[in-house]
Amino acid sequence: MRLYDLATARSGDKGNHANIGVLARTPQAYHFLRHYLTADGVAHYFSALHPQRVERYEAPNVLGLNFVLYDVLAGGAARSLRLDSQGKALAGALLEMEIPDELVTLHLSGRASETAAQAKC
Amino acid sequence: MTMQRIRVGNGCGFWGDQPDAPVLLVQHGRLDFLTLEYLAELTMSILAQQRQRDTTLGYATDFLEVLERLIPLWREQPHLRIVTNAGGLNPLGCAKRAAEIISRQDFHKRIGVVLGDDLMPRLDQLLASGHTLNHLDTGEPLQHVRDRVVTANVYLGAAPIVTALTQGADLVISGRVADASLTVAPALWAFGWSWQDYDKLAAATVAGHLIECGAQVTGGLYSDWRTVPDLWNVGYPIAELESDGTVRILRPEASGGCVTVNTVREQLLYEIGDPTAYITPDVVADFTSLQLRPLQPDGVEITGARGRPAPTTYKVAITYRDGYTCSGQIVLTGRDALEKARLCADIVRRRLQRAGLEPQEYHVECLGAGDSVPGVWPRSQPYEIVLRVSVWDTRRQVLERFARQLAPLVTSGPPGVTGYATGRPPIREVFAYWPALIERATIEPEVHILET
Repeated sequence: MRLYDLATARSGDKGNHANIGVLARTPQAYHFLRHYLTADGVAHYFSALHPQRVERYEAPNVLGLNFVLYDVLAGGAARSLRLDSQGKALAGALLEMEIPDELVTLHLSGRASETAAQAKC
Repeated sequence: MTMQRIRVGNGCGFWGDQPDAPVLLVQHGRLDFLTLEYLAELTMSILAQQRQRDTTLGYATDFLEVLERLIPLWREQPHLRIVTNAGGLNPLGCAKRAAEIISRQDFHKRIGVVLGDDLMPRLDQLLASGHTLNHLDTGEPLQHVRDRVVTANVYLGAAPIVTALTQGADLVISGRVADASLTVAPALWAFGWSWQDYDKLAAATVAGHLIECGAQVTGGLYSDWRTVPDLWNVGYPIAELESDGTVRILRPEASGGCVTVNTVREQLLYEIGDPTAYITPDVVADFTSLQLRPLQPDGVEITGARGRPAPTTYKVAITYRDGYTCSGQIVLTGRDALEKARLCADIVRRRLQRAGLEPQEYHVECLGAGDSVPGVWPRSQPYEIVLRVSVWDTRRQVLERFARQLAPLVTSGPPGVTGYATGRPPIREVFAYWPALIERATIEPEVHILET
């Protein structure tokens, strides 16, 4: 599956940095993505854009993960020669990330048995 | 003032937003306050160029057209107040023109003008007295580019807008203020909150953050766009605030779009860093404490905002001259369009080299083949490619030569070159962005009142 099946996203700029807010579609998807969608993973995914570093923040109240990609815009809105100098396309690009179906299934079944175990106590 | 509930609508998310939006919002929004946000990070440098040509300019001229169209509605809604940062680099000039427009229609309103964000008149004095305005990311002192600085503006907070409202202003025109402060100020003034009501200030900041980009919270840009009804007629957002800090994000009933928990949470994380610390000159707001509840038939209620004191510094947005840029496009069609596009880009570069004018930066994008986000989109072999070539250089003559180098491809390139009827691409001076911080104590906002 694609990340789009598990989440929506929106991206924008702050100077030469971009951020991508990823919003999980369900609490289960949020728990999966918290484990799976790491800052390093996102940095690797966008390696062709040369982010200097990627930081991830969590907003569990909205099932959100916020990725800040530092110095990824080749100079930012005024200076960058890129078409997407403001990082508007990054959200849609991240949502195309391929996620192995079996990983999601495994994670969800793991959580299901966890929940069942808690229910017994 | 002590009101229980106010409705703040934002009819403009950036300079260039829909011209009809503010009018429709006032018509259908039952507003107490209309905010209009015109200043993106780089708008100030565009305004600086305009002011260079005509010293009476330097503000968002679109606002005056909006104002003219709003006056008939304002007569019917005399309690409506308008708060805008349309003043840009010349809030007083903007206010004078606004006053003329209002008077000409035999209408009377009090205009509050917020000044004090512009540091250019005393930049050298500030640098000399030890305010080095180091680049927020690199730490480099501003002195290194001082001779190329074009604009330097502090992001002011809600305080001077509150002062203007207290002095009876119906229309407040500012230069650079934090976007969310356009909403925080009306709430603080209307509810009589104190500057120590951090949680309430945070709630109003959340409201301001959510509506500042206009339709982005009412269905615009939303990932599941197929689910958004009548996007063509998307309603611009209304923040309904209660004196206890409860916020409801709504849109006019007679409009398209939608306000759902999904559209709101996408916008909540838009262009932010750490969601536990959204920093403005008014308060530091924690977005992770918020609870979002859907309303019927449409809208979202937000509670639980937590805030803490704002930092002792203001953010400063500085722009400085940084060479020239030019970007041109042609279209390649037919078999092997992608290969032909890459060849065209190479031809242009070699012809510039032959003339001894190779650009310091040369950037090629084959749009349609995945180059807008390289390494991510699936590669394809389409039968049409938009070739976009962009260059940067400190020497203007390089740009001038480059701008003449695309059209010749029509006759001296591979077959299938088309779509070059718009003439030479324009050369643009680059104004690079330099964020910095400055101690609050050095800044004294002022408010002037104009009567019409």
